[in-house]
Amino acid sequence: MNQRGARVAIKSDQDIVAARQKGRALAAEIGFSAMDATLIATAISELARNIVAYARVGEIELRAIDGCSREGIVVIASDDGPGIRDVRQAMRDGFSTSGSLGLGLPGVRRLMDEFEIASEPGKGTRVVTKKWRQ
Amino acid sequence: MEVPILKQGEFLIATFQAALSDQDLENLRRGLVQQVVKFRSRGVIVDVTAMDVMDSFASRTLREIAHMIRLRGAETVIVGIQPEVAFAMVQLGLTLEGVAAALDLEEGLAYLIEKFKNID
Repeated sequence: MNQRGARVAIKSDQDIVAARQKGRALAAEIGFSAMDATLIATAISELARNIVAYARVGEIELRAIDGCSREGIVVIASDDGPGIRDVRQAMRDGFSTSGSLGLGLPGVRRLMDEFEIASEPGKGTRVVTKKWRQ
Repeated sequence: MEVPILKQGEFLIATFQAALSDQDLENLRRGLVQQVVKFRSRGVIVDVTAMDVMDSFASRTLREIAHMIRLRGAETVIVGIQPEVAFAMVQLGLTLEGVAAALDLEEGLAYLIEKFKNID
């Protein structure tokens, strides 16, 4: 089993850049097209941005996934921040509690193929999102 | 990382690098507005050809730059948005509404020259 991937600690806006660069590099290594690598890097940027904006610190984990018939990438964004009170509402376009950066989550779902979110107020948020190579 | 701002007659040209942090973008916003004032510039070209990701913060900052510069009576044109970046922006739901865009530096300059041709 191949264990290509990286963990990037997210503590400041500089780390957002580092996370998306690592994600793009891994996507290229897996064989994603330049178009898909850009979509993945953009999704990572938004997820890391949410961490900095809402939780301040967290982590982005990037892994190559080898399915039986297909390859892909999984991006896991996790934090121990305040969590999201109403996940359903947060997944609606245009919703934001921190000003004008409210496009994050529904946008990320559109950029990727699979999207799961688990969040509990006071405990943090974990987003697991995947994209498969065409 | 510093974004170089070039003065070209009555226009300014700012060329973005690939890996700009939020802080870099905010510095650029401040620097550009200051220089527009200092040089009494009429137009600003923001060249984003090298930018590989345009997320919500970057596009909001670009919109703010354009609006601030418009309040000075000058015009901003964004040039060089890569096709992949444009695709990702649309998927993410980002827009640069009210901000002019052109294919490249040459067309951006042509746009500004055309825009200000009748004022002199």
